[in-house]
Amino acid sequence: MLTLLFDGIAYGMLLFVLAVGLAVTLGLMNFVNLAHGAFAMAGGYVTVLLMDRAGVPFLATLPLAFLLPALVGAVAERLLYRPMYKRPHLDHVLFSIGLVFMTVAAVDWLVGSQQQIVKLPLWLQGRFEIASVGIGKYRLFIIVVCLLLTLMLQWVLGRTRFGSRLRAAVDDPRVAAGLGINVNQVFSVTFAVGSGLAGLGGALGAEVLGLDPSFPLKFMIYFLIVVSVGGTTTITGPLLAALLLGIADVMGKYYVPQLGAFVVYLLMVVILFWRPQGLFGRGATR
Amino acid sequence: MSAAQSIAADRRWRPWELVLLAALVISWFAAGNEHSLLGNEIAIFALFALSLDLILGYAGIISLGHAAFFGVGAYTAALFAKHVMPDPLVGLVVGTAAAALLGALSSVLVMRGSDLARLMITLGVAAILYELANKLEFTGGADGLQGVSMGLLLGRFEFDLYGRTAFAYSLVLLVICLLIARRIVASPFGWSLRAIRDNRLRAAAIGLNVDLRLGAVYTLAAAMAGTAGALLAQTTGFASLDVLDFHRSADVMLMLIIGGTGWLWGGVLGAIGFKLMHSVLSAWTPQYWTFWLGLFLVVLVMVGRDRFFKSWTWWK
Repeated sequence: MLTLLFDGIAYGMLLFVLAVGLAVTLGLMNFVNLAHGAFAMAGGYVTVLLMDRAGVPFLATLPLAFLLPALVGAVAERLLYRPMYKRPHLDHVLFSIGLVFMTVAAVDWLVGSQQQIVKLPLWLQGRFEIASVGIGKYRLFIIVVCLLLTLMLQWVLGRTRFGSRLRAAVDDPRVAAGLGINVNQVFSVTFAVGSGLAGLGGALGAEVLGLDPSFPLKFMIYFLIVVSVGGTTTITGPLLAALLLGIADVMGKYYVPQLGAFVVYLLMVVILFWRPQGLFGRGATR
Repeated sequence: MSAAQSIAADRRWRPWELVLLAALVISWFAAGNEHSLLGNEIAIFALFALSLDLILGYAGIISLGHAAFFGVGAYTAALFAKHVMPDPLVGLVVGTAAAALLGALSSVLVMRGSDLARLMITLGVAAILYELANKLEFTGGADGLQGVSMGLLLGRFEFDLYGRTAFAYSLVLLVICLLIARRIVASPFGWSLRAIRDNRLRAAAIGLNVDLRLGAVYTLAAAMAGTAGALLAQTTGFASLDVLDFHRSADVMLMLIIGGTGWLWGGVLGAIGFKLMHSVLSAWTPQYWTFWLGLFLVVLVMVGRDRFFKSWTWWK
């Protein structure tokens, strides 16, 4: 029971790191980005390919799994996404679905459609027990890393100058721009960091979630759940939503396996019907 | 021109519309034994896209889960033929009714909230149905329902191997639904939908019952999608998980975008365009054709649909 809870928390933390970039895209620019999973997949493949083909140790690949998607994200934001912001939501949806289709086929062509396997270093394998609660070492590692990332994010958002600019821009881009904040630049940086975090999440999660070219499609709905249920105004909203989703998913699959992901989708529909702005939102998604 | 006159003007048949209708009829004779199966498929998708047009093009509801109704129609028709009676027309009505019921129930869910919440809810409803069809016993799980044998159409026409009967059957229903949709869209109700799409707040302010109207058109669109699904199940003889899959919803949206939203022929033209593109691309690169599909979408949106199809404006 507690082991399941632990696994659920690890899963939830992972989802949070994967989806937090999406929350910003949505909250700041009101852009429905269905292609967010593509950046996560990029991170996953960076790690897997570096380990497999170049023999780089697992830990050393993680910074690269952050940097590369961040770089791609920055370029894509400037060239592809920016002209799209003012368009209606339908255009966002079509555009980002198009991007997903492209990345899925491109990765299939480049690396092949087989499931990629991450060979974890020995010290992360296996599990140990504390007070008869089985704890997977890798799960613990994920929780620790994600927790550190969350704290860092919270600190950046709450305590730094960049964070206050970002919060101002989320609350009201027009007024923020009027106060001399370069909203476009703030958004570029945030988009890049969000993509990087997704990449890191993809790399960390390759072992837990699995990694193959259909990754962005498979997990698209999960990222969107985290964001739409959690709301986009705070960082704690998506965090709680991700934890809830992670725990519900793990528990649901264990106790009622015949229903599969049914429980999760049902929960989402009910929550969104009850509170369309998300559980913790206050109307920023407009 | 008074309001009554302008509504009446919209109702009048234009020559090109009659030409297109005639072209639909002629296509059956032109298809022959060789292309009837393809024609049947296109007619079904045209109907599916038409149903999406009603809610997306006219009422402005972005749905990423329209396949839910298509799938319910398909599964209901298949189950009905297997367990109750094999008559196609009765099965069609039952499939349509089931989808309409689901549409009426889930229309409550799409009445409120932002575009994002609606997107998620439609996506979620389709995902729930997919999971149900996957896990339940009587839907055959991942194998789908196979070996659905249909009775004679109108007690006379047998569904043949070449799909001649199937094509005629789907075509007739497509035309009927087009006529119904045309009548509805040109009515005051249809105009009120466009008002809601353009500005919901103002539409409510002039006294329209926004929720009720959205619910009505959502149910209607669901019923039509159900008809399309039932037709697919009946003419191909099986229903599989594929009918509820996410790519169905994405494909139908793509068809509608190719053909153009907000006019009824968009779905028909889009279905033809999509199918042509699909067969050309997948003949060229069977495994990676989705890449080119994606590229097409991205370019289409970036350039803008109107501009994309008017090649003479490209270099201006």
